[in-house]
Amino acid sequence: MRGAKSAKWVAGAIVVALAATACGGGDDSAGDDMNKGKADPNGIVTAQLSEPQNPLQPANAKESQGSRVLRTIFAGLVDYEPGTGKLEYVNAESVTPNKDSSEWTVKLKAGWKFHDGTPVTAKSYVDSWNWSANIKNNQTNSSWFADIVGFEDVHPEKGDPKSDKMSGLKVVDDNTFTIKLTQPVSYFAYKLGYDVWAPLPEAFFKDPKGFGEKPVGNGPYKFVSWEHNKLIKVRKFAGYKGPNVAKNGGIDFKNYTTADAAYSDLRSDNVDWIEQVPTTALTNYKTDLGDRAIDEPYSAVQSIVPAFYTKQFKDIDPKVIQGLSMAIDRQTITKTVLQGTRTPADSYVAPGVLGYKKGALGDIVKFDPAQAKKLIKDNGGVPGNKIQIQYNADQDHKPWVDAVCNSIRKSTGVECTGDPKPTFQADLDARDKDQVKSMYRGGWVLDYPVNSNFMRDLYGSTAAGNTSGYSNKEFDKLSSEADKASSIDETVKLYQNAEQLLAKDMPAIPLWFYKVNSGQSKNILGKIEYGQDGDPIFDTIQVKQK
Amino acid sequence: MGRYAARRLLQMIPIFIGTTLLIFLMVHILPGDPVRAIYGDKAPDPAQIAQIKREYGFDKPVLEQYFHYMLNLLKGDFGSNLAGRPVADLMAEAFPVTLRLTLLAITIEIIIGVGLGAWAGLRAGKAADTGVLVFTLTVISIPVFVLGFIARFIFADELGWLPPNVQDSTSYSQLFLPAFVLAMLSMAYVARLTRTTFAENLRADYIRTALAKGLPRRRIIGVHLLRNSLIPVVTFVGTDVGGFIGGAVITEGIFNIQGVGNLLYRAIQTSEGSTVTGVVTVLVLVILLINLLIDLLYAVLDPRIRYA
Repeated sequence: MRGAKSAKWVAGAIVVALAATACGGGDDSAGDDMNKGKADPNGIVTAQLSEPQNPLQPANAKESQGSRVLRTIFAGLVDYEPGTGKLEYVNAESVTPNKDSSEWTVKLKAGWKFHDGTPVTAKSYVDSWNWSANIKNNQTNSSWFADIVGFEDVHPEKGDPKSDKMSGLKVVDDNTFTIKLTQPVSYFAYKLGYDVWAPLPEAFFKDPKGFGEKPVGNGPYKFVSWEHNKLIKVRKFAGYKGPNVAKNGGIDFKNYTTADAAYSDLRSDNVDWIEQVPTTALTNYKTDLGDRAIDEPYSAVQSIVPAFYTKQFKDIDPKVIQGLSMAIDRQTITKTVLQGTRTPADSYVAPGVLGYKKGALGDIVKFDPAQAKKLIKDNGGVPGNKIQIQYNADQDHKPWVDAVCNSIRKSTGVECTGDPKPTFQADLDARDKDQVKSMYRGGWVLDYPVNSNFMRDLYGSTAAGNTSGYSNKEFDKLSSEADKASSIDETVKLYQNAEQLLAKDMPAIPLWFYKVNSGQSKNILGKIEYGQDGDPIFDTIQVKQK
Repeated sequence: MGRYAARRLLQMIPIFIGTTLLIFLMVHILPGDPVRAIYGDKAPDPAQIAQIKREYGFDKPVLEQYFHYMLNLLKGDFGSNLAGRPVADLMAEAFPVTLRLTLLAITIEIIIGVGLGAWAGLRAGKAADTGVLVFTLTVISIPVFVLGFIARFIFADELGWLPPNVQDSTSYSQLFLPAFVLAMLSMAYVARLTRTTFAENLRADYIRTALAKGLPRRRIIGVHLLRNSLIPVVTFVGTDVGGFIGGAVITEGIFNIQGVGNLLYRAIQTSEGSTVTGVVTVLVLVILLINLLIDLLYAVLDPRIRYA
């Protein structure tokens, strides 16, 4: 009898604990109105950040974390207008191409200074690019300079560099320099918005490694301190001359071990912005945070990609792949399994990018089981009648892979299973070595907001981002024609035509576009604005006066 | 005793070499390439990857890499991670944090665990004993992450007594909640262990003798009974110290503590060989030393145990 009694007491305790859990949430959203109050121009924003994987050098931030900090410290030549992807000049007065867009002239706004007081000149840019492109300096983004004449001298495929300067870069005067490209690229100015193209002060070249710990930039914020794995501080730079002067006093980037830890700090207003709501809180974060919940699209796409070197897909009729695409119920999966964190894809190009055309893929991405079954059956079927989708199990991919497989199996009868690899590294390894058995998960976040970035850089026969073995001569020809077009509008249009070609040939099955699911604290005035890469535009954030 | 300690210290050398070699090989055979992984979904740059690998010596055969690693280790150089930061620095940041957390947790574990156990052991079979049994069983059956989330939810999110996360890892008041959660499970085991040995030893001959001698009850319990009952507890707590230092990954994750567990976890995820090997090497040393210390403590607790 005693045993039974104790068991009851235990049960009672659990009920109490559950009740305590259940009454949580709710009252948080009733907090003060986020649009009321005055802005404090010296207020400090605290934001989530994981430890950057590399020193803070402009061409060394492959991952989003280092890049988030660098973007506040440096101001590049150009930037993109959020939402439209239109080009805006920042440090540049103008960036103009010659007739065939193979040589570009950059004029700088005069009188800019680095945070250490030294002037920003044409030389600051040219030296920076030459250094970053040099293979010896181990910058992870060094290949971004590959368009420039003389790149292979500083970055040879084998052996030591022949020179430490790219011959395509010429300083004309203090505020002017020219860039010669190996072939015409009409949208080259758009590429210049990326972090790697930042200028570097002379102090950098004396001690690049030390600089990576204590960067000196020319941007709206100046670097203050970096406590590893804990905190990076940047403060407003009073001498900043650019258009995007900071509306707050600075940013404290705080490190969190898990998304859960960050989320609970957001709820208690210990951090003002977090990267992503943890999966465990996705169902209730909108009630937890009310108006302060953030649900914004950004320019990234997830797809499943057939490995065209496999026997299965080598000689497949693209119509079969179209059939597979139509067998996936994107609407339902994004709503249920993915809990509204993505929106169904209707194009190879993500929205917010120049040249995105709503519904570009038409019926191919519409869920139509009958038509899907027919397309697959009439065009030879899937060899083996079985596909596998490779993904990395160290991230949250399993639920949607299973859902996609389920959808395909139910609507077409093609057997479909997930093929998990333990880590992202192992997943990449299999892709690089052409060992994918059937299909794999592919993801792409924009580098620059032009549709070519979502096509040529992924599906061009020789593109380094093309790991599926896809090759289409007609597409290659079209894209090189588009790159040589006389204007950016023309380029974008030609790439839109190329997209229709891809729709017929199906190098990949686009699934959905990404959304930021995040939140902001009660200390922030108004809603935080977002850039196209899903990161906040930090200089526009306003902090409430206390 | 001195000779015994010296012999044990000498035995550590082959164990040390063996474990480091094993870890080194294991990290090496992890699938995937950490340098390639920097590029993720984006286009990799084979020339740059090759250059970075050359710089870190990844292009050499694994045994040669190990030999170089050990050679540098003898010079006190743990190498550096892929971001170019010395592993020694990373460890100097993480170990003090974890050490503080461990000390706090062990203190909580010993005070509450031994206290509860002694209390229950002296009242074996009575209501207090049952109460402690139920309590410890409950604690043992709840996984640590559930405990962590519930504790944070109640004390931080709802009551607001404590910050939900550790902001400053040098503050003992902020470390209290995670240390408590970390200590809970072991505390329950310590209580059970203490209770059993207490109840058992109460009936031992030497206690009866002490009682017959007319010693005060306080001295019987505090000196004779406690000291003799602590041997299994010391063994348990000792292994726990090693476990806490190396494996508080879950608790550190929940409460945002940038300690050893977290460092190791991230290093394994990114296949950072030098960091993993460095941390594990230090952990191996720590655990070997703690084991030696426990064995020496036996002799202190029980004078009949002698080492020669």
